[in-house]
Amino acid sequence: MENFETLRMMQVGQRAVIKKITVGGEMGRRIRDMGMVPGTVFTVMGRAPLKDPVEIKLKGYNLTLRNNEADNILVQAEEA
Amino acid sequence: MPGEKVTIALAGNPNSGKTSMFNAITGARQHVGNYPGVTVEKKWGQVSLGGHDLEIVDLPGTYSLTAYSMEELVARDYIIKQKPDVVIDVVDAANLERNLYLAVQFMELGVPLVIALNMMDVAESRGLNIDPEKLSRLMGVPVVCTVARKGKGVKQLLGEAVETALSQKQWRPLELSYGPDVDQALLELTGKFNGNSLAWSPLGARWVSLKLLENDAEVQKQVSQDPGLAGHMEPLRQKLSDHLRRTMDDDPEGVIADYRYGFIGGIYRQAVQETRAQRLELSDKIDKVLTNRLVGPLILLAVLYGIYQFVFWASEMPVGWLEELFGWLGGVAEAGIPDGFVKSLVISGIIDGVGGVLGFVPLIMFMFFTIAILEDTGYLARVAYLLDRVLRNFGLHGNSVMAMIVSGGISGGCAVPGVMAARTLRDPKARLATILTVPMMNCGAKLPVYALLIGAFFAAREAQMLFALTLISWGMALIAARVLRWTVLKGETSPFVMELPPYRLPTLRGLLIHTWERTWQYIKKAGTVILGISILMWALMSFPTLPEDRAAAWDAKAGAAATEELRQEIEYKRGQDQLAYSVAGRMGRTLHYITAPLGFDWRTNVALVGGFAAKEVVVSTLGTAYSLGELDPEDTVGLSERLAKEPGWNPLKAFALMLFVMIYAPCFVTVAVIRNETGGWKWPLFSVAYTTVAAYVLAILVYQGGKLLGLG
Repeated sequence: MENFETLRMMQVGQRAVIKKITVGGEMGRRIRDMGMVPGTVFTVMGRAPLKDPVEIKLKGYNLTLRNNEADNILVQAEEA
Repeated sequence: MPGEKVTIALAGNPNSGKTSMFNAITGARQHVGNYPGVTVEKKWGQVSLGGHDLEIVDLPGTYSLTAYSMEELVARDYIIKQKPDVVIDVVDAANLERNLYLAVQFMELGVPLVIALNMMDVAESRGLNIDPEKLSRLMGVPVVCTVARKGKGVKQLLGEAVETALSQKQWRPLELSYGPDVDQALLELTGKFNGNSLAWSPLGARWVSLKLLENDAEVQKQVSQDPGLAGHMEPLRQKLSDHLRRTMDDDPEGVIADYRYGFIGGIYRQAVQETRAQRLELSDKIDKVLTNRLVGPLILLAVLYGIYQFVFWASEMPVGWLEELFGWLGGVAEAGIPDGFVKSLVISGIIDGVGGVLGFVPLIMFMFFTIAILEDTGYLARVAYLLDRVLRNFGLHGNSVMAMIVSGGISGGCAVPGVMAARTLRDPKARLATILTVPMMNCGAKLPVYALLIGAFFAAREAQMLFALTLISWGMALIAARVLRWTVLKGETSPFVMELPPYRLPTLRGLLIHTWERTWQYIKKAGTVILGISILMWALMSFPTLPEDRAAAWDAKAGAAATEELRQEIEYKRGQDQLAYSVAGRMGRTLHYITAPLGFDWRTNVALVGGFAAKEVVVSTLGTAYSLGELDPEDTVGLSERLAKEPGWNPLKAFALMLFVMIYAPCFVTVAVIRNETGGWKWPLFSVAYTTVAAYVLAILVYQGGKLLGLG
């Protein structure tokens, strides 16, 4: 299987597409409820003062999540 | 059939404009309460339309209908158990794809559904061209365009809802395909239900099977209680679930969610045209400043400080009027009721009690008003975003800071609105941890106690001392939160996956409705408890009254006093004698055995018992106990001087006492509010107990440690 990066590694301003959610249970459910499913394209909008949490824009709205959660989201960055 | 009653449940994502819609439909005719057994707010209202009485129930805002959060469970339970005639799902047109996820879950349930395509104006301004007819056709559900903030489309929406309710009496579950593997598993599971009638119609067997595959704890529990099903369902579910995991390298719930979004994506692409590329919206530009890594925190501090200043500045006048009003009422009672038990009860028990309840109303009102502004503009979510990293270390949430500051994070707050401010937290454990620790902050009522003791023993370092106390209170509250999260509130923090809604201008009407309903809830629910405890506290400090011979002796002395001054002094001494004789006085003496290691004598103990009524009562009770009469907490110079000279008092004891007052039991108004907010007596009682123990331990360490170091 290919080696994807996780959302945590993305830089502010980068665009990427979600490839896989690697967590189940409540966290997996919450992530999916918010529309983060494979195939979704998003842009990293910013990071909080201590670099955590991260803010992304997807499906036309803004979402924030912690790096802990971002670790469970495998992504592929778009070529700049 | 005209005149039929129609129950409409209003559902939708948070920030979809659902609350505006509810306000637009019901206006001021709304009722607020709680869902049975939980602290989730329930709002409902009645309107009539075309001869039909409509009952509108506002469900909690949710993104999904799983069983993970209290809100989702409440919303789902309401629909399954109360079976409303129709559900209106308020959908944010500018954020359609994600909002339809909830709509699809209603369709899976099969409940009659109408979609309110809300905020069409915003969607248009973003270059989204939505075809409502196409959307309606593809979804198989009526769609009505609305702009709830302006009241547009509300009539049509209700009309459509009534029509749907009357024409569609049966639930019609949508049978979505979740891919061959899941579909096959669903088929097998559904087969097992044959012949076993479900106790919970109108739910279809396929829906229940779907939830089983999704690992839905609530549905699993229900199935295991059904004697016809228990036993053979679980192994089958486990088998299918394992199989799906192997074949798809993903869990069933993931696959099911992906297919739901696939279904939505297909519809979205047909019904919506994006006429221009995604660009930076105004909201994103504002965020470039407000959540900037350098400027953002500074602005945040300024905003929090501004709120604090505003709340206390704005409520100062009305609080003053209320005080005057109750002072006047007290005066009337003083003049109109003959001396004795009834008079004392009316003045010290009832008038002071009611005054105590209403005295907080302006504070609560203005605090909720500013919170409503923060919530409705969308800034509150940014507060959580900016502070989450710091407060997470203590098991709290970014939004806890609001409650901490209002409670006295900047000296002079009040824990009553502070505890209520914790409502903005959705994570139940972080919320409880916040509620249980904010009373440690330095509220306005603790300040007179500090002023008294600092004035007496630390006069040279007043500012430094007050600053130190502020830091200590923050430290103690955070440490307590951390410890609570490690012990009684143990468990994973819920995931922090939060929408940052676009900035919006709030409507005044929405702000006023929010403010009023929350304030009214406080008056109604906390009010009775507070009045009751107020009377109890009065009784503790007034009974039993002095035996007749002692009372007569005091009367004689007072009568024999040569001057008014002497008479006054005798009255003060009599007050001291009465206090010592009362239940509270006896408690103070008994407690002496426990508090001796802290250096507290019986007078201090009585004052601390009195402080449960309100922390500033510590000062006035000390006044009585030192026979200086009832002191005005604002003017403590006399008592300061007296304590400074009193043997047994020294700076070390004063410091230990200040720490004790900071941390021990929240005042009973706060306790009553904690009971309200947590829905029972368990947490308020726990709060009283653990803080008192913590205060005791800390004071003993400081006092005994200080003595060892030769400070006492």
